[in-house]
Amino acid sequence: MLRRTLVASAAVLAVTFSGAAAQAQIRIATVGPMTGSNATFGSQLKAGAEQAVADINKAGGVNGQQLVLEIGDDACDPKQAVSVANQMASRKVAFVAGHFCSSSSIPANKVYAEEGILQITPASTNPKLTDEGGWNTFRVCGRDDQQGIVAGNYLAKEFKGKKIAILNDNTAYGKGLADETKKSLNGNGVTEAMYAAYTPGERDYSAIVSRMKQAGIDVIYIGGYHTETGLIARQAQEQGMKVTIVGGDALATNEFWQIAGPAGENALMTFPSDPQKRPTANAVVAEFKAKGVDPEGYTLYTYAAIQVWAEAAKKAGSTDAKKVAAALHSGTWSSVLGDITFDKKGDVTKSDYVFYVWKNGKYAEM
Amino acid sequence: MVAYALQQLINGVTLGMIYGLIAVGYTMVYGIIGMINFAHGDVFMIGAFLSLISLTLLGAFGLTFVPLALALTLVLAVALAALYGWTLERVAYRPLRGSFRLAPLISAIGMSIVLQQYIQIAQGAKNKPILPPLPGGLRLMESDGLVVQVTWTRLLIVVVTLAVLGAFTWLVSATPLGRAMRACEQDTKMAALLGINVDRTISFTFVIGAALAAVAGFMFLLNYGVIDFFIGFVAGVKAFTAAVLGGIGSLPGAVLGGLLIGLIETFWSAYFSVEYKDVAAFSILILVLIFMPTGLLGRKDVEKV
Repeated sequence: MLRRTLVASAAVLAVTFSGAAAQAQIRIATVGPMTGSNATFGSQLKAGAEQAVADINKAGGVNGQQLVLEIGDDACDPKQAVSVANQMASRKVAFVAGHFCSSSSIPANKVYAEEGILQITPASTNPKLTDEGGWNTFRVCGRDDQQGIVAGNYLAKEFKGKKIAILNDNTAYGKGLADETKKSLNGNGVTEAMYAAYTPGERDYSAIVSRMKQAGIDVIYIGGYHTETGLIARQAQEQGMKVTIVGGDALATNEFWQIAGPAGENALMTFPSDPQKRPTANAVVAEFKAKGVDPEGYTLYTYAAIQVWAEAAKKAGSTDAKKVAAALHSGTWSSVLGDITFDKKGDVTKSDYVFYVWKNGKYAEM
Repeated sequence: MVAYALQQLINGVTLGMIYGLIAVGYTMVYGIIGMINFAHGDVFMIGAFLSLISLTLLGAFGLTFVPLALALTLVLAVALAALYGWTLERVAYRPLRGSFRLAPLISAIGMSIVLQQYIQIAQGAKNKPILPPLPGGLRLMESDGLVVQVTWTRLLIVVVTLAVLGAFTWLVSATPLGRAMRACEQDTKMAALLGINVDRTISFTFVIGAALAAVAGFMFLLNYGVIDFFIGFVAGVKAFTAAVLGGIGSLPGAVLGGLLIGLIETFWSAYFSVEYKDVAAFSILILVLIFMPTGLLGRKDVEKV
């Protein structure tokens, strides 16, 4: 009897030890739209995260432990975002680099705050995320109120006397951005000729395009994602409209050009000054190119999100979310994007939105 | 004013014709076996993907003469999608015939998920864009500085839809197969007693429905140029609504319903709020169903004693 108990306790101990061995890894996650019409951005997040984890593990991991990356798919659907967030919590991830869409990041943030998980979004720009978010919220990208000011000032200056239409897709990101741009445009004494919302996820926008044609619109500002923006550009050209399309950071993918086709020529968008051209990014960009990955759009932002988290975790000497959050607030972090400091809300202290123009299938800073 | 209305009419009719073509598939299956084939929207999506693959392959083989490439693509997509329709019925619905009423419905929802996931895994989750194969269009008129323009693709949609629907009407009304289909619709048991091969007729119904959905998928790809594995859902819901509005079970009703949904959406966006176009379409559906519970062209079920 005694013997059997001993064997049993030895077995229990063995299990505990092997459990402890598995614990010597740190789980982190990136969550974004891996499927659906924004899947192209999901692959940017995935590529950035995989590269960051590989590089950090090669350099010895965090506090002597190796990182394991989980990938979650929220399809930019708020409901799915919450269930993926719960799933990540049950897998005991220490930190999430995500999500992509603001409408996913905001509801998921509440789950992460309750579960003690740190969230650094590489891409969600809606101001509400950090304004209303908890202690665990950070972002390495800018905010739509910053982006909207740049867009509104530019529209007012460069398209003086032209008829401007402002469209949005009724998502947290699209409507937020369109409203900030409208505010800034109106602040410059310019009133838009048309303000309307469309339903994302459809393919036919010809009715709203005809409506803008009737109104004699010259410039269309779209707060929305690249699929719908590309379709609107394409259908405007089909109806013989000569317009300039202006959008936000969600056009930063080559897929915009594939959808819009030649109608995308001269389309404008706001995005932070090109991260690929920063000296801090040279080595990493070369690594991506060697693998045949184009580190476009938010790829480097995701890389940077994981990078600053790893640095902060090293400084805090722990992966406990509260300790890492405190560390993040208190220091300056060097990343592929350059030096990053966070303010009290978790926003980056400097933003540098500039205009890009699409020409012949590529976007370049103006 | 006239020019603007004309432009919106063109927008609405092309949209409505695509809905109508898909709606025919819903209504036909319902007419014969009294079941809503929820996987039909996904057969449409498969038709669009087959068109994309055929078009790309033909291009890769150096076929650059656009009309021939388009015609071949259409034939390939229709033939392969018909095969999908046949398999769908054979695998998911025939074994459940004679089972309780909800069984094939659940099976249809299951098939819808299977087809979506299959395309997502096989073709990837991203958008699949193509360049417009038929660029340019026709200037119809110009007034008050508004140029009314219709693209060749939209013209093609109207012509192909009318031709396909014409051929389909002939098939249903004048061929032995069509007669068998109509007989099965009225009374499956009696038709079987009179020597009609019911299984074969139902198979053909699915094949024809899938073929029409593939035509719609082909034109959807040409017109909008972007597809993904999820397009079947929105299009399927709209087409199903169209079938109900026209009177489910009625073939001309499905086409009429499709056109109406397309026109209501477009004209509501044109003169009222773009945001509320779906609300408008569904409100009209509700109103119609209150006053005409069998839809616009549907007929009352005769109580069989």
